[in-house]
Amino acid sequence: MPVKRVQKTPMPERNAVLRSHDFEEVNEGYGIAHAKFEAERCLRCQDAVCIDGCPVSVPIPDFIHRVAAGDMRGAANVLRESNPLPAVCGRVCPQEVQCEEKCSVGVRFKPVAIGYLERFVADWEMGQPPTEINNKLDRAEKVAIIGSGPAGLVCAGELARLGYPVTIFEALHAPGGVLRYGIPEFRLPKDVLDWEIEQLTKLGVEIQCNIIIGKTITMDELMGEMGFSAVFIGTGAGLPTFMGIPGENLNGVYSANEFLTRVNLMHANDFPNADTPVMVGKRVAVIGAGNTAMDTVRTALRVGAEHGMIVYRRSDNEMTARVEEHHHAIEEGVEFHWLTNPIEVLGDEEGWVTGLKCVRMQLGEPDASGRARPVPIEGSEFVMDVDNVVLSIGNKPNPLLLQTTKGLESNKWGCLVVRDEGSETSKDHVFAGGDAVTGAATVILAAGAGKDAAAEIHKDLCANI
Amino acid sequence: MATILEKRPLTPVTKLYKVDAPLIAKKAQPGQFVIVRVRHDGERIPLTIADYDREAGTLTIVVQEVGTTTRQFGELEVGEEILDIVGPLGMPLEIPVEGHIVGIGGGFGAAALLCLMRELRARGDKTTIMIGAREKELLILIDELTGVCDNLELCTDDGSAGYKGFVTGRLQELIDGDGPGRPDSVVAIGPMPMMRAVSEVTAKAEIATLVSLDPLMIDGTGMCGGCRVTVNNEVKFACVDGPFFDAHQVDFEEAVRRNKMYVKQEQESKDRTDCRKLAVGQS
Repeated sequence: MPVKRVQKTPMPERNAVLRSHDFEEVNEGYGIAHAKFEAERCLRCQDAVCIDGCPVSVPIPDFIHRVAAGDMRGAANVLRESNPLPAVCGRVCPQEVQCEEKCSVGVRFKPVAIGYLERFVADWEMGQPPTEINNKLDRAEKVAIIGSGPAGLVCAGELARLGYPVTIFEALHAPGGVLRYGIPEFRLPKDVLDWEIEQLTKLGVEIQCNIIIGKTITMDELMGEMGFSAVFIGTGAGLPTFMGIPGENLNGVYSANEFLTRVNLMHANDFPNADTPVMVGKRVAVIGAGNTAMDTVRTALRVGAEHGMIVYRRSDNEMTARVEEHHHAIEEGVEFHWLTNPIEVLGDEEGWVTGLKCVRMQLGEPDASGRARPVPIEGSEFVMDVDNVVLSIGNKPNPLLLQTTKGLESNKWGCLVVRDEGSETSKDHVFAGGDAVTGAATVILAAGAGKDAAAEIHKDLCANI
Repeated sequence: MATILEKRPLTPVTKLYKVDAPLIAKKAQPGQFVIVRVRHDGERIPLTIADYDREAGTLTIVVQEVGTTTRQFGELEVGEEILDIVGPLGMPLEIPVEGHIVGIGGGFGAAALLCLMRELRARGDKTTIMIGAREKELLILIDELTGVCDNLELCTDDGSAGYKGFVTGRLQELIDGDGPGRPDSVVAIGPMPMMRAVSEVTAKAEIATLVSLDPLMIDGTGMCGGCRVTVNNEVKFACVDGPFFDAHQVDFEEAVRRNKMYVKQEQESKDRTDCRKLAVGQS
């Protein structure tokens, strides 16, 4: 029976002082006792509204009941059927604005810790002896997936389960997309990602790295001589945005993409054992306040910065980072400069960053995004001493594929246009989803788009028979 | 992965490789590059495609051993694999002007002129290749380059072959009407100071000039922005917008400065590699 407890069972976390100097995971994960204890809080609602909050519609009460009953294998099976990346989503989803926001327990108490439980089940499964998966790829039509980020991985998993031979093409030397180069080890350990990808390859999904569709192989070749019947584009939003303020090309200014890629993909934290360096001074200013900005500033602390600073033109009410990331950043000593807008990066004679000139802001009327518009306070300019500036103010979709593919339509933001809010693009049998369509959003929305696209591709291919 | 089919030393620090990379060879066009990684935890570095053979499915690349990764590359032998290779990247070279085209190669940059000048010659342009180095022994690919152009001009600082002096000196002579005569367009590939000097000469003579910029890169697909350069007061990504830019619009000072960003770390990395080798030697 459900048990009325006001508080969530807390997530065991590593000590903030210790963890802010290494890359081991911050959240340690529930043990079996925590998990069962927390699972008992679920009300088993007739109308499970939490599911409406989940972009991949995980049957949440179903898996949680199995946890409460100690049937972890059953819980794992339920999860995996609806979400091919549970160990990832359990770690990086913004549950507080999804399933947990809808949770009925949350009306009066703290909501059930759905995310922590999802992670627990996935980790439990990871700890079990490997099982043989006998998945028959008996469909005649081959599907190509462009990009191995969350959208592509989920789409591939869903299609493989339906019996389609699927090949993922990845531009970088390792699969995972933003899960690999963007999200740091301390939030998503790469062995967890490797394990999730391994589950997909066990289903028969083939992954080819170092192939850039549009450069190495064209879209027409994929659908022509290579014999793919359908293509899913999950190329994400990987093009960094710069502010266009003076001094942005000084030495020591990075895009968050570059900074994080150097560490996460190229292992610059292990330089000179790894060959790629990253330049980090004592004082690092990260511009922006989304999840990527939090990842960046916390990474900066871990690679040697003494002061990690968030500089954001709005206030903490308007930031887009997950509550947990903000909270962890505070614990680790990150300094927050709210209502502060950078207007120039200052450098010395040799071109190295020495400061960040900012202006103080105040909040005005709501803007198009519904958030209060920040307005500069006249005469409030000041200079912050910094050694590095990292811009984390958003990404746009990469135009590379569009430039070389005829018949693919995009909008003025460079996002692919899809028909009727589905996933079919302007080109027949070519589908798209995730950040490539929506612009930069979350892992789980991309995963959801990948899942929906798989269903549409299946329908499209069945209609052709 | 790509297997090394041929390896040939050109100078003590420069080697030519022919590698088996049919997918890339099929798409490669003059001026494009690949990104390679030689070992796990190794760097990703861009290398210009010197030549390609679509039918044989091979790429020719020339590597000068200057840093950790290029030195690791130099240790690869025929039959061994390049761990990762991806491409072709960047925009192919486009020279709108027809007529007398002079391709200038400094140091190992000369290699990049191979397929480039052959294509221009096939288009019907009058082609001159001008290569420069400190001394005769450091001039590379003379035979191969002779075969892809109408005139080959050699320049050495010490006068041991061809013109005595920098390529810019000989270029000025051509502009003044000597030898094959005034160029209608110039493309320069090589060390930044050489490209900058060429640019200054051609700017005065008002000759359209392209240079091939080689800033630091990670992904090579526009994702990191590390390769940003300022051209005509606009920020461009050399990996996707380049590598060729209008020489007279390039902010060379910034490009030179940005390429020196990791000088200290590069030395540290070299030292680390040497330590590793010593340790292996002892065991």
